[in-house]
Amino acid sequence: MDEILDGTTQIDCDILIIGGGTAGPMAALKAKRKNPDANVILLDKANVKRSGAISMGMDGLNNSVIPGYATPEQYTKEITIANDGIVDQKAVYRYAEESYSIIEELDQFGIRFQKDQNGEYDVKKVHHIGTYVLPMPNGDTVKKALYRQLRKARINIINRYMATRLLTGEGRIAGAICVNTRTAEFLVVRAKAVVMSLGAAGRLGLPSSGYLYGTYENASNSGEGYSMAYHAGAGLANLECFQINPLIKDYNGPACAYVAGPMGGYTANAEGERFIECDYWSGQMMQEFYDELQGGKGPVYLKLNHLAEETVAEIERVLHIVERPTRGHFHRGRSTDYRTDMIEMHISEIGFCSGHSASGVFVDEHARTTIDGLYAAGDMANVPHNYMLGAFTNGAFAGLDAVDFIKDVDFAEFDTGEVDAERTRVLAPTKRDDGIPPNQIEYKTRRFVNDYLQPPKVTAKMELAQRRFEEVRHDMETEMYVRDSHELMRALEASAIMDCADMAAAASLYRTESRWGLYHNRVEYERDDENWFCHTILTKGDDGKPAHHKRDVQDYIVEIEDDEKDAYNNQRVTKSVAAE
Amino acid sequence: MPLAQTSTFVPVVVDKDLCIADKGCTVCVDVCPLDVLRIAVTEDGPETAYMKYDECWYCMPCEADCPTGAVTVNLPFLLK
Repeated sequence: MDEILDGTTQIDCDILIIGGGTAGPMAALKAKRKNPDANVILLDKANVKRSGAISMGMDGLNNSVIPGYATPEQYTKEITIANDGIVDQKAVYRYAEESYSIIEELDQFGIRFQKDQNGEYDVKKVHHIGTYVLPMPNGDTVKKALYRQLRKARINIINRYMATRLLTGEGRIAGAICVNTRTAEFLVVRAKAVVMSLGAAGRLGLPSSGYLYGTYENASNSGEGYSMAYHAGAGLANLECFQINPLIKDYNGPACAYVAGPMGGYTANAEGERFIECDYWSGQMMQEFYDELQGGKGPVYLKLNHLAEETVAEIERVLHIVERPTRGHFHRGRSTDYRTDMIEMHISEIGFCSGHSASGVFVDEHARTTIDGLYAAGDMANVPHNYMLGAFTNGAFAGLDAVDFIKDVDFAEFDTGEVDAERTRVLAPTKRDDGIPPNQIEYKTRRFVNDYLQPPKVTAKMELAQRRFEEVRHDMETEMYVRDSHELMRALEASAIMDCADMAAAASLYRTESRWGLYHNRVEYERDDENWFCHTILTKGDDGKPAHHKRDVQDYIVEIEDDEKDAYNNQRVTKSVAAE
Repeated sequence: MPLAQTSTFVPVVVDKDLCIADKGCTVCVDVCPLDVLRIAVTEDGPETAYMKYDECWYCMPCEADCPTGAVTVNLPFLLK
């Protein structure tokens, strides 16, 4: 294993789905059920059994819109306000309307959702306005349940192939070029439609531990989806709306205030006092978190030590078996116990992710990108705050629409020269006798991301970032060296990370205002609704560098009253007269 | 220019006595999202799984899915 072999195979399919985490499997299932004759391939860089952000499961749904608890109108309004107004509501509204049927479907797969004594869904309030959080008691079994369904539906699964470039022709999608991560052999997949579900760009900033893989996101989500969309000419939306998350310091995994919050836990400052009214993540909340950390009132803690033993035990039971189960190992290693200690928190490195914020490949309410026949869903598509249920639901939309799209089209012709050029690019680090290993290229890129792009954003620093990135890119293109096919995978990831770093700097410089709280806090600019109440769309320019244009925000279908717009801007706890 | 051989303390530990790689098992290698595990092969054939690349997200599928409980995921030293 891992030796570098020479070879290229070409295969055909109707629908190619790249990424087998959350959105991808649902896209595959929906497409296959709608058209059982369609040849659907689900391809993953890892193994679909355990790939993606939910490889060990998920503790609950963060955004369920359940009849009787919330309405699509309420949810659409909440997300519009939480995302500072820059929302195409059609996609959010469609999600809100149809995601309940996905919950019912997941229930049929054997994934359970918490119910109360009356058999009603036990939905918890975490958001500022509405009630949407639904625990999943056997959330550790999600991937296994999905995998069973994929096998039953006879989806063709291809593991350990990494897609590196999309193919286009005749003005639409034509397929993808992929590389085997254990042999370096090429696989060219011709497809009538392609769904991208490759997750977040989670290996963009460097975690404060300095460990390249100690990221908030699954470290295999290194941004190839963003990079491939960019090189294929698709538009990417609002990339400057970075993802930054609250987390357990050093462990770098979620503190899970969504789990602990409804049970009485909260985020506290060094004095053990609550300082934010609402633990639901938004850029505005992250700004308050940052201010507390930097303003002399930190460290910030997850506070559970005031809770009853049974409550703490229940929180541990959930948090230590699902999503990031090594969390229990971490606390044991540090001898910290929720019963007696507050748990030190911090903020994450930056990334792109629509699961939590709103930086992604531009899609409409059908998960269509700006390239015909190319879809995107999940963390990498720009439906804001869509979390796991959004990945499932938008993945379903993509699969369903792709089946309609392939009815009327044959394979698009593409330039075979593109395959040759990509082979040359991919294999270049294998053709050298020595040079710089990918981990050093990656480390340097990501260290500069931290140094210069971490908000608050400063123009001069971001311009310096661009210069440094250019230098590292030059080194990468002329000197990167790998010894086996595993290292080649890391080299390709380093290249995607570099593309994302370039896009992060360019997008942040383009929007000359501040928006989304900390996510796009540009110290030299105030918020500017007159000029910047719009999406920013980044594409690959004719010079091969990022180009930008503005795109109107769709007319709202759910109106936001003037006195509601600021609901997420007033997050800081104000002491009441009685408390004083 | 030759590359340095810097040693690294790896987080995933496999108990050789429990590991059944010699019987053809590759479960931990198969499920790892970062693909960092391999099977050590000696003259007598496959011997045991081990962590070849220090690129761990400490996510646990290798430990959870191991049929004999041979795998332990520790936290990488830099962040533990």
